[in-house]
Amino acid sequence: MPQLTTTTPPAPAPVKRSTLTKNQLPGWAMWAVLAGSLILGAALSSLIGFHIATWALFSALIYVAAGYFVTLSVEGARKAKDRFATNLVYAAFIVALLPLVSVIVTVLAKGIPGLTPHLLYYSMNGMTGTVDNETVANGTPVIGGVYHGIVGTLLITTWATIISVPIGLLTAVYLVEYSKGGTLARAITFFVDVMTGIPSIVAGLFAAAFFGLVFGPGTRTGFVAAVALSVLMIPVVVRSTEEMLKIVPNELREASYALGVRKWRTILKVVVPTAISGIASGVTLAIARVIGETAPLLVTAGFVNSINWNVFGGWMATLPTFIYRQLMNPTSPTNTDPSAQRAWAAALILIIFVMLLNLVARLIARIFAPKSGR
Amino acid sequence: MSNTLTEGGAKGRAGDKVFSNLTLLAGCLILLVLFAVAVFLLVQALPAFTADPAKVTGGEGFWSYIWPILIGTLVAAGIALLIATPIGIGVALFISHFAPRRLAQSLGYVVDLLAAIPSVVYGAWGVAVLAPALVPVYEWLAANAGWIPIFAGPASQTGKTMLTAGIVLSVMILPIITSLSREIFLQTPKLHEEAALAMGATRWEMIRMAVFPFARAGVVSAVMLGLGRALGETMAVALVLSGGILTASLIQSGNQTIAAEIALNFPEAFGLRLAELIAAGLVLFVITLAVNMIARWIISRHKEFSGAN
Amino acid sequence: MKAIRFGRAAAVLSIAALALTACGSDNPTGSPEAAGGDAAVSGTLSGAGASSQDAAMQAWIAGFSAANSGANVQYSPDGSGAGRDAFLAGGVQFAGSDAFLDEEEWEQAKQICGPEGAMNIPVYVSPIAVAFNLEGVKELNLDAETIAKVFRGEITKWNDEAIASQNEGVTLPDTAITVVHRADESGTTENFTEYLHAAAAKVWTDEADGAWPGGLGGENAQGTSGVVSTTSSTNGAITYADASAVGDLGTVKVKVGEEYVAYTPEAAAKAVDAATPVEGRSETDMSLQLNRDTTESGAYPIVLVSYHIYCSSYKDQGTANLVKAFGNYVISEEGQNTAQESAGSAPISDTLREEAKAAIDSIKVAS
Repeated sequence: MPQLTTTTPPAPAPVKRSTLTKNQLPGWAMWAVLAGSLILGAALSSLIGFHIATWALFSALIYVAAGYFVTLSVEGARKAKDRFATNLVYAAFIVALLPLVSVIVTVLAKGIPGLTPHLLYYSMNGMTGTVDNETVANGTPVIGGVYHGIVGTLLITTWATIISVPIGLLTAVYLVEYSKGGTLARAITFFVDVMTGIPSIVAGLFAAAFFGLVFGPGTRTGFVAAVALSVLMIPVVVRSTEEMLKIVPNELREASYALGVRKWRTILKVVVPTAISGIASGVTLAIARVIGETAPLLVTAGFVNSINWNVFGGWMATLPTFIYRQLMNPTSPTNTDPSAQRAWAAALILIIFVMLLNLVARLIARIFAPKSGR
Repeated sequence: MSNTLTEGGAKGRAGDKVFSNLTLLAGCLILLVLFAVAVFLLVQALPAFTADPAKVTGGEGFWSYIWPILIGTLVAAGIALLIATPIGIGVALFISHFAPRRLAQSLGYVVDLLAAIPSVVYGAWGVAVLAPALVPVYEWLAANAGWIPIFAGPASQTGKTMLTAGIVLSVMILPIITSLSREIFLQTPKLHEEAALAMGATRWEMIRMAVFPFARAGVVSAVMLGLGRALGETMAVALVLSGGILTASLIQSGNQTIAAEIALNFPEAFGLRLAELIAAGLVLFVITLAVNMIARWIISRHKEFSGAN
Repeated sequence: MKAIRFGRAAAVLSIAALALTACGSDNPTGSPEAAGGDAAVSGTLSGAGASSQDAAMQAWIAGFSAANSGANVQYSPDGSGAGRDAFLAGGVQFAGSDAFLDEEEWEQAKQICGPEGAMNIPVYVSPIAVAFNLEGVKELNLDAETIAKVFRGEITKWNDEAIASQNEGVTLPDTAITVVHRADESGTTENFTEYLHAAAAKVWTDEADGAWPGGLGGENAQGTSGVVSTTSSTNGAITYADASAVGDLGTVKVKVGEEYVAYTPEAAAKAVDAATPVEGRSETDMSLQLNRDTTESGAYPIVLVSYHIYCSSYKDQGTANLVKAFGNYVISEEGQNTAQESAGSAPISDTLREEAKAAIDSIKVAS
């Protein structure tokens, strides 16, 4: 961090400190402020009945305020503002972390007990409430798994991605590279935004109605679900890709054109690779957005308890519908614990999937991204 | 490599043509799909608008049925944005410019991951963990800030209120806002940042002068995506909110959002009721349209920078 | 360097994922392969509808496919309304519904099912329990009027005179009553409000409806599991839910005639037997009008009757055979007992069964 010694007014005559560290708080100062705020926060908190939450809250407020004024008095207004902003950013991070950690801990605590090989390798075919009742009565391990849901989620999400990524990517390319801001482009951008607001159930109903018209009523297959999810995915892909393509520096394009490279090759070889990390991140986000959808899947893919590998025929179960069904309509209404256990374990599996997906997206980004100084 | 790149002549030109047409086609396809969705919605929703007002739920016509849940939707999304936008941008800044590089990478990874937790899980978490934890806060608010209408008591004993729903929504959209903002912040030209620092700017001044102007449009985009999810979120709200009639207080049970209303009533709906719910979906659609128009307008006022044009 | 480490992790994980997807089993219970059975029906039967009978349906499907290896039945619990819609549009071969087809739907069904239309067969009977969470109290006697007042919020304390006078010897605390009702539209709410409206018409002035009356306060939660868990976690809460799901909550004995009747499968079946058939339908139709204000001794009037809706004729022989076989299995003693074991429903009586069997056997192929 550069020091602004030249702009600060010269202090009277402290001889011992070097001019470089003049008007600068020593390293321990902020720790002292923190300790002070913690003590003060505890005192304030115990005034209204001590609680860890109020303690943390008061201490944080005092720390941010004290940090500002201490810096202001020694280092000047600009440094104080910087300190204040830095503290706020850190505070935002901590505040954001709390619920997110809480969610993760909840899922882990409830999901891990149910995460057994049996759960992973078996479907729910032939499972009835009687089995669960016996399980609870005898204290034996829960049987019945989510294999059919895993298969369904993988297939449907893959198909949704196959449909929406090319369309989304090409549209974004059109918007950024070809359109020159024309009416059509503005219309597309605008309506893509509108599409982000389609309630997921509406997307599901639309896909169901569309396929119902074409292939006869009641057509429910994995592919119908994939189309419904694509309607939800495309706007996210377009939106994030568009932003990423926009910030590719024009110099790169111009340099490429100057070398006599055709526009479409420039786009494919220069522009897209430069933005690939962001695009991959956006696509991952888009998949993440739809992989947990429940409502549109129920009306498009139906629900079954057995394994179905065919996206174009027969109903399909997916992890979210499985979770929803197990939580809302437990296999055995009298003993809901086995169902709850399966549901939370399935939620954990879903999250692990997205984690893997994320890894893959990053890997792709790493392979294709040009070397950069960053 | 350079050979294939510079390969000119008819083949290259054809490639250009094909590719540009492909992109155009993709764009038009999106418009077509959206048009089809709109037509579908209109056709299905029509009976709700034309029906005898006495037959519509509530007995006073469609509009008096829809406006309370419309306000509920806006309030829930508003609370979510109010909380998630500053925090989301803060977290994005933390990851892009404050945290140590090693830590930043894994943090970004974790945040992306959080966007993937299914909304059912967020809902279940909201009911099981968040709502009970907020009950004492609501009681305190009702006792000490009850004179403000939105905190009027008596506080809900289950914590399943509008404010809780808004907070759950904000947690859900936080990863979306953070993830996209972070990518944009990271793309700020290094030269701009270094120039600012070289002029003696503090880190915060550098962010204000170099990063924010560059990222403004992108951040608005990210927030809009978050808003889209907040407006359309069904399962989490349906699970968390103990819905009911429109109430000003955010810490009592009551209020409802359009998306949750659809999700809760859709399975048992048929005939006119179904049309009502789809009409409600149409209204949600129109709101998103309006919100996006406003956002576009904001962005267009700040169009001083843009990479591609 | 880093990329390599990254790549290795990804490789390991993707191999694990591959291994996972390569082999899975469709037979978690380890039951022997189905022997085929004597009824040689095959094909796929699709149904959609009420989620209330979902747990029972899973048991029926499991039992039916175990006996008929070639047959495959799938059921999507989208909700009664969605199920009837799908059935009337020809999207599914049968619907599960908490309400029988109304007049308009009845006429509409003739387009799909031929001139004789569809048939409503009651297959799933479940008592609805009025359940509460009150420390130290496991059972209360209440009449319809008191229940209605409690759910309307007119009785606000558990030690109210109206409750205490019917429960001598029970120590009632001075706890506030929190009413918990269903947030979603449901057959359970419809049957419960129908009971209140019929048995306590003076207090409960709202017509029966699947949605809880909007003007009434109280907490709500989604689904049966939602109201039960909210009630379990709130002291002084009262709710209504499928009897099989109430677990260890306290339950109400309802006043019928001069006595207080607890919910039991037998009491529920008795109430269904006392119901009158709906007028003006075809011979095979079994739509029932329940007498909620019945005074018949030992009948528990708050019951949910869920129907299967079949066509009276199907386009091809295979489907007709399949529907017949499945329908007959569902109403058979074995089918009803399986449902009771796994879903906690009340088996239908023998008289009802005979009637239903005759109706199902009349299903034919459209000429």
